[in-house]
Amino acid sequence: MAPTNEHVRERLTGKFGDSLTEWGEPHGLLTFTAPREMNLKVLAFLHDEDDLAFRFLTDLTAVHYPDRTGEELCVVYHLHNLTANRRVRLKVHAPVAQPDVFTASMLFSAANWMERETYDFYGVNFIGHPNLKRVLNVDEMDYFPLRKEFPLEDQTRIDKDDEMFGRG
Amino acid sequence: MTDGSDRPQTTTMSDTNHIRLPEGSIGRTTTTLNLGPTHPAVHGVFQNILELDGERIVKTEATVGYIHRAFEKIAERRPLYQITTLTDRLNYCSAPINNMGWHLTCEKLLGIRTPKRVDYLRVIVMELARITDHLICTSIVGVDAGAFTGFLYVMQYRELVYEIYEEICGARLTTNMGRIGGFERDFPQAVWEKLERFLREYPKAQKELETLLVRNRIFYERTRGSGAISAERALNYGFTGPNLRAAGVDYDVRVHEPYCSYQDFDFRIPVGTTGDNHDRFMVRTEEIWQSLSIIEQAYRKIRDMKGAEAGVYHADVPEYYLPQKTDVYNKMEALIWHFKIVMGEVDIPAGEVYHAVEGGNGELGFYLISDGGRSPYRLHFRRPCFIYYQAYEEIVRGSMLSDAIITMSSLNLIAGEMDA
Amino acid sequence: MGRPVRFNIKEKSTRDWGINQASMPEGHMGEGFFATSFDKVVGLARKNSIWPLPFATSCCGIEFMATMASTYDLGRFGAERLGFTPRQCDLLMVMGTIAKKMGPVVRQVYLQMAEPRWVIAVGACASSGGIFDSYSVLQGIDQVVPVDVYVPGCPPRPEAIIDGVLRIQDLIHNDPLRRRNTEPYQALMQSYGIQ
Repeated sequence: MAPTNEHVRERLTGKFGDSLTEWGEPHGLLTFTAPREMNLKVLAFLHDEDDLAFRFLTDLTAVHYPDRTGEELCVVYHLHNLTANRRVRLKVHAPVAQPDVFTASMLFSAANWMERETYDFYGVNFIGHPNLKRVLNVDEMDYFPLRKEFPLEDQTRIDKDDEMFGRG
Repeated sequence: MTDGSDRPQTTTMSDTNHIRLPEGSIGRTTTTLNLGPTHPAVHGVFQNILELDGERIVKTEATVGYIHRAFEKIAERRPLYQITTLTDRLNYCSAPINNMGWHLTCEKLLGIRTPKRVDYLRVIVMELARITDHLICTSIVGVDAGAFTGFLYVMQYRELVYEIYEEICGARLTTNMGRIGGFERDFPQAVWEKLERFLREYPKAQKELETLLVRNRIFYERTRGSGAISAERALNYGFTGPNLRAAGVDYDVRVHEPYCSYQDFDFRIPVGTTGDNHDRFMVRTEEIWQSLSIIEQAYRKIRDMKGAEAGVYHADVPEYYLPQKTDVYNKMEALIWHFKIVMGEVDIPAGEVYHAVEGGNGELGFYLISDGGRSPYRLHFRRPCFIYYQAYEEIVRGSMLSDAIITMSSLNLIAGEMDA
Repeated sequence: MGRPVRFNIKEKSTRDWGINQASMPEGHMGEGFFATSFDKVVGLARKNSIWPLPFATSCCGIEFMATMASTYDLGRFGAERLGFTPRQCDLLMVMGTIAKKMGPVVRQVYLQMAEPRWVIAVGACASSGGIFDSYSVLQGIDQVVPVDVYVPGCPPRPEAIIDGVLRIQDLIHNDPLRRRNTEPYQALMQSYGIQ
């Protein structure tokens, strides 16, 4: 039986109750938020249950919302049930002061480098990750570039003519 | 060369070169070999530090990021149509697929429906791009096994496809093709003539390439059995595309979540059994034939279109698609829309969308979050190369060095897509 | 119809095609021998037998593959034998974006090349960072190695890459025999911190 969005929502609220919040279906993709201590439990539930069977991790990334104090970093998981062709999106929030989230790399090997990339860009510390180092940027970098407070360009350049860039 | 040659060398390799050897590797009995970022077999810049026991690989450690260009950060500062140029440079062997995928994502967010003819034109362009991507991969697998000639035969036909792209959008490789809502101009007659020539001549060249490689004993022995991955491990590692289909799973985004009217076309998905190099090569070769069939079907459908729909090449969305110049000079609304679009003052509706297309390497996903401003709040590319390169260590452990080289090229690792 | 054609309407004769015949250097000719000074001939020989090192990182690398293939054929100009080890090569062709992580690698490869060596920066990213004005991209390889010829384009057409190689050939032809001992060259190397 193909799990529809309502069915998935029913099963999740049946198991986890009110701890799952912010339900939505933007453009048909069921999206919900879970507290960050429970992210592995929710992922394992979606993976193991045979009528849900979300056994393919499509994507793992993060978003920085500096305005949501106390939960600035949002780790987003996209899961896919290949046989029934259903997708679901799980969001987990973490404060920027202590951005610890449990790693999903034991459950999905695909999460290994995706979490390294998320750490590299946002500084999310994945607890239990086998090799949490920077993957795309240079290892000596000491800040997390994709957070909103950091600029895009390299600030140490001296050869740019600000007049030409409209900043003079 | 920089040190005086009279002084004895007491520094280790890891000091003078910028290579970080794994801890304690100097004292081991295995050889540490740096398959570095600059290497002829490494097509693109990524590094693998291999530990070899003789000729067998015991462990590898991969380093990527040598071409990290911060696309996702750049995208937060650009209006939507300027991000198309960034998407070109993801999988640069099949840039039109990335462009179309991005336009489809924007259209999903903005709620635009494109007319059928636009869809069919997009399908033609995307399948041509898929053919060029698979051509490069299959011929480079041949080159790495020692067969250089096939590559030269095939590059000639890539030139023909480049000419088709030039007629459509003006550029050969980084095409920046199409607009949100369709194409910037209708395909000129030269495109159809060149496409017919391609459809006539290319199958013979592909057959010639196949006679060189497919039943070639040497090539078969080199590729069969090496670089295998099982379907369960492939799914766990997030494989998609030809690499997953070679392992036996028939997942193709074009069939499972059809976009761009792919449901109107009749094609098959080739699937392998063991996921080794030979299966990957055969899956890509067969996909080239399926793409040729799709292009012929799309071309026939476009030729059969009559009347009003036969000249349509874009959707009617004045907010995002530049109006015709004659309207800009004569009508007030068109002038205002032109100004707003060019100056980047069009607000995108808030929302979040994830859209995936079948790229040359698998499911290329675009996760776009907009907060109502003029540029995306967050744009993330789900890049198949990055995700399946993690599995390289597991695939290659225990195999010979030369098999590892062929595995690397048959996985079709494109550095631009890996690092973004 | 469109606007009338304004350029390129005068018929060019073969004299204007820019085809040059290499003239014989000055020297003393006799029965079965020709004596000239060394430096006049060495440039001619060197420029038609360049061994390039294609340092292809991204999209420009694919255009280079098209240049080496049969339609545009860089091998016509003598640059048929590509080497991938800097120890054997004359011309370092940097094609594609160089990130800051890759900068030391480019420098290391340049240092490993033996004199005489030339560098050509192919593409906008290698020349100046290109469209990627971001924190992780080196804004031009001339930050780390001295460059002889820049080829603009994103990616440059194969004809443009061939044009760049022809400019390098001009440089090689007109080079004094021991460029590395001349003052300006040594000053340039000093400014890059290369001995």
